[in-house]
Amino acid sequence: MSETSTDPGYLLEAIGIVKRFGDFTANDEVSLSLRPGTIHALLGENGAGKSTLVKVIYGALQPSGGELRWRGRPVSVANPAAARRLGIGMVFQHFSLFDALTVAENIALALPGAFDREALAARIVEVSQEYGLPLAPDALVADLSVGERQRIEIVRCLLQEPRLLIMDEPTAVLTPQEADQLFVTLRRLAGEGCAVLYISHRLEEVKRLCHHATILRHGRVTANVDPTQETAASLARLMVGADVHEVRTEARESEDAVMLAVSDLTLPAEGPFGVRLHDISLEVRTGEVVAIAGVAGNGQTELFDALSGERLAPAEASVALAGMPCGGQGITARRRLGAAFVPEERLGHSALPSLELSDNVLLTRHASDAEMVHAGFVDRPRTREVSERVVRAFDVRTSHPNPQASALSGGNLQKFVLGRELDRSPRIVVINQPTWGVDAGAAALIRQALIDMARAGAAVLVISQDLDEIFEIADRIAVISRGELSGTHAANSIDREGIGLLMAGAHETGAASGERAP
Amino acid sequence: MRLWLEQRPERSRAMSVISPLIAIALTVIAGAIIFAASGLDPLRALFIYFVEPVTTLWSIEELIVKTAPLVLIGVGLAVCFRANIWNIGAEGQLTVGAIAGASVPILAPHWDSFLVLPLMLLLGTLGGMAWAAVPALLRNRFGVNEILTSLMLVYVAQYLLDWLVRGPWRDPGGYNFPESIEFQAWQSLPTLGAGRVHLGALLALIAVALLFVFMARTLKGFEIRVSGEAPRAAAFGGFSRSRTVWLCFGISGGLAGLAGICEVAGPVGQLQPSISPGYGFIAIIVAFLGRLNPVVVLLAGLVLGISYLGGESAQIVLGISGKTTQVFQGMLLFFILACDTLIRYRLRFGRRPGAGTAGAEQAP
Repeated sequence: MSETSTDPGYLLEAIGIVKRFGDFTANDEVSLSLRPGTIHALLGENGAGKSTLVKVIYGALQPSGGELRWRGRPVSVANPAAARRLGIGMVFQHFSLFDALTVAENIALALPGAFDREALAARIVEVSQEYGLPLAPDALVADLSVGERQRIEIVRCLLQEPRLLIMDEPTAVLTPQEADQLFVTLRRLAGEGCAVLYISHRLEEVKRLCHHATILRHGRVTANVDPTQETAASLARLMVGADVHEVRTEARESEDAVMLAVSDLTLPAEGPFGVRLHDISLEVRTGEVVAIAGVAGNGQTELFDALSGERLAPAEASVALAGMPCGGQGITARRRLGAAFVPEERLGHSALPSLELSDNVLLTRHASDAEMVHAGFVDRPRTREVSERVVRAFDVRTSHPNPQASALSGGNLQKFVLGRELDRSPRIVVINQPTWGVDAGAAALIRQALIDMARAGAAVLVISQDLDEIFEIADRIAVISRGELSGTHAANSIDREGIGLLMAGAHETGAASGERAP
Repeated sequence: MRLWLEQRPERSRAMSVISPLIAIALTVIAGAIIFAASGLDPLRALFIYFVEPVTTLWSIEELIVKTAPLVLIGVGLAVCFRANIWNIGAEGQLTVGAIAGASVPILAPHWDSFLVLPLMLLLGTLGGMAWAAVPALLRNRFGVNEILTSLMLVYVAQYLLDWLVRGPWRDPGGYNFPESIEFQAWQSLPTLGAGRVHLGALLALIAVALLFVFMARTLKGFEIRVSGEAPRAAAFGGFSRSRTVWLCFGISGGLAGLAGICEVAGPVGQLQPSISPGYGFIAIIVAFLGRLNPVVVLLAGLVLGISYLGGESAQIVLGISGKTTQVFQGMLLFFILACDTLIRYRLRFGRRPGAGTAGAEQAP
């Protein structure tokens, strides 16, 4: 690739990219420049706008403003096919492979035009060996490991001889050994002049692999740095922001009763994208808000399911609610112990879009509210009454008194879902991503409601990715990373940098806790 | 300019009423085209097919006789399908129900007691349930797809019946015909009025009423609806999926078995190699045409009942193949499923906003 190596210019420039979804600005004047032959990291927390930016580059989203330049010339990338024609390949975090087909068939499906089976198989073997990505063309995808499946995706891109390869959190699904092997491949590609845009939130990895790093926070570029010259701590600060936050917490009385106790909870991963939970211990007492921070996909959903009883624990004692061991008991039994749960996903999990609000009340309260069901028959006036009470108390904006849940906006539905649980006056509240995809007004109301609940004597556990939110409401903070939970820190004894280090896995190696702030 | 589908914010209630009517209209139009292509006068053929069956008292009674098993089975399937559980084997459950119920008069032909008939109905119901329990068990224990197992068990049941009436249960005085003995009066369902309409019609009405209340008013009915709509939400609500599978197969299998014994203890009067003109399969169409709503299933049962009678009279009067019945039934199912798209989507003409990228747009 002598042509590119003598070209001093940029391969790709993104200039002032803006992408809005309704009122939400996912990318705000984001600029990024890539040279051929470099590995360029795109760092940021989940929701910082990394995925949006690469989707714009890959043509999967159209920008609301700004410009893309490819080798100095302005281009508009109408769709992923156009991106591939330019020479941009992308490996997504979640693979698009058919389990029942072979490696070669899966690759053939993605190639434009006609192809020759034999020749293709030979090419696959050739390319995969050349780049240290061993693959058997005749193997069935169903029989392959996650790492091998990722190789198919990479080889699929390499067959089209890309000049820019975008990798979306490639190591999230890999073992450390598989990750090392991947780094060898990526360095080799860069050595040949291909540019790699590497999305990650793993700081050590970025320091090891990447030549440049662009850091995003809340949709804006906060820094362009050379990661080899930075420490993990300084990268973390750039990622999570260094602005001093006014922390408001009163230290709680330590003799308050423990309402939620998790002890040595270990659960294996479910499915290729599941996260195992390892040796998790945690206590939440009456009157306090404990927050679990962490980047999405590090075991939050698994932990929530284990707490709610949607997934049972092997040992009865690993989860205790209100002093009662209940690891092997389902969600109904746990609700009867006074616990309330609000999962991350609203549609199809905490609420049924096609059902009216009153039926959505019945969904979680049929067993915990004695008066809602009489001899197997549903008391409809009662469910409506509760539904209307929740709508009033939590300022849920509805077009008519009892609409289907699907007619509510995200924020209004979340207010309703939370209100439905808090209306029971639970003693324990477990909530996952309380304000995910919720407008600012509703988010403020939801956070206030959680604080009020705790002050009224409930034990509140909040799992959230939003550090601003966590510092606003939490008394104590723990961090989850790859299914392991750090110790808890009083909110006024830890800062964002400390949390950022824990997020990047500083506690995983066995270190009891992350760096404490002075 | 082009035609495209836009998702509605809420399911359209109006469309869920109109959709089956459009489907029936399209079936009639398509039927007219088929008749015309066969060289028949389409209007006359449609009249003979759809209208003539309901013009005489005799044929209306016959319609009720045909509709009763369709409704009895269809109402159970409606509950099952609501839960997203696909019992396709009602025909087999009907067959085993008929065998189980008929075992009483065949094995104890001289036992004359008021208990005989209730016992036959009970055994018929239990037989259907038992046959339906097999796919339920396989599904819950091993995760086997219930569509395949329930369907395949239909053929097992039919061969079982075939073997019984040709072998051990053959009428010794029946000149070697593959039939059981004929049931006596106390072993048969009483007729309602002077014609052929029997107790099965009343049982169908009772089943409709009970299941309507069950689905609309009880927590179990709610559980079934939620379980079908969003399994994750059902689990969050504390509802067990395997319990729902058992319940739905129990209800639909039991009603199919009841329909089976009502056929052999009613219009058929004995066990034969063939005891049903595919009621168990056609009831699937009844359930869908009936919006999976027990009361509407009653109306849908009448429509499909007419399709049976119309097929017979078209065969006699117009001299066309008896398979026409199946063509109409198949077209009807096809059009219902197609028209149901309109409940969730609306048709739009013209340019799609943000054409080309709309499919890829999603919140970050």
